[in-house]
Amino acid sequence: MKIGVIRFPGSNCDRDVYHALELAGGDPEYVWWNQKYLSDFDAIVIPGGFSYGDYLRAGAIASITPVIDGIKEVVKEEKPVLGICNGAQILAEVGLVPGVFTNNKNAKFICKRVELKVTSTRTPFTSMYKKGEIIQMPIAHAEGRYYTKEIDKIRDQDQIVLKFEGENPNGSIEAITGVCDESGLVCAVMPHPERASESVLGSNDGLKFFEGIINFK
Amino acid sequence: MKYEAEVKISLKKGMLNPEASTIQRALALLGYEVEGTDTIEIIKFTIDEESEKIAREEVDDMCQRLLCNPVIHDYEIEIHPQ
Repeated sequence: MKIGVIRFPGSNCDRDVYHALELAGGDPEYVWWNQKYLSDFDAIVIPGGFSYGDYLRAGAIASITPVIDGIKEVVKEEKPVLGICNGAQILAEVGLVPGVFTNNKNAKFICKRVELKVTSTRTPFTSMYKKGEIIQMPIAHAEGRYYTKEIDKIRDQDQIVLKFEGENPNGSIEAITGVCDESGLVCAVMPHPERASESVLGSNDGLKFFEGIINFK
Repeated sequence: MKYEAEVKISLKKGMLNPEASTIQRALALLGYEVEGTDTIEIIKFTIDEESEKIAREEVDDMCQRLLCNPVIHDYEIEIHPQ
């Protein structure tokens, strides 16, 4: 399965995601921000980092690059698209997932391992977890506080994918830290599954995110 | 004709503003007890258009497509002939 790993100037989790996809048995390939044709890929992952220095807002400038047109095509082709951290912020800026990830409530960059609850298993990325399963993955962001005006709608439509369990470190609405689009194929998560994909990293709870892509269909 | 454009971007009413509350707490450390601290981002540039109306429409487009996020932001546009 050929999986595109998107690179912007300022991406810094691209190689980690590439490695995690290989561990999961996938065939990853880097894709630069100016590439427009992505339909040869079976899935896309937008890794974390600080694309374009987070200027204007995290993800704002990446959201108008040519590769986004390609990603919109991939979405139309009903293939899985995962955005992690800055990738999640980009998907929200594009409007491919509802809401926005904005400044943390405590105005700090938070970097630590957190407990999370998998609240929906209908996305390819969470299909290998049990609904309600508690997992551990790290977060590393200053702009991760999830906010949406459509909280009832996304709850009713099963678009809430991950929630902080116990502590809500960034002040997200209803402790939400992962959401998907209506189809469930486009998913944006602030925690880093690639940083929890092998036991040498202290946890391999995140590997199923990538195995779920490989097992899709 | 050239116009000076200024876009003022603020958070929608009721939105949490961690930057403003941090500033307010820092002011309190210096002994300034202020309330209602807010921050506004200003983006300025010059634009060459046939009329002020067209310039304003163009800048409004920019706000909706890039400069603001409609989920959390309100914006004001000021246009003046250069």
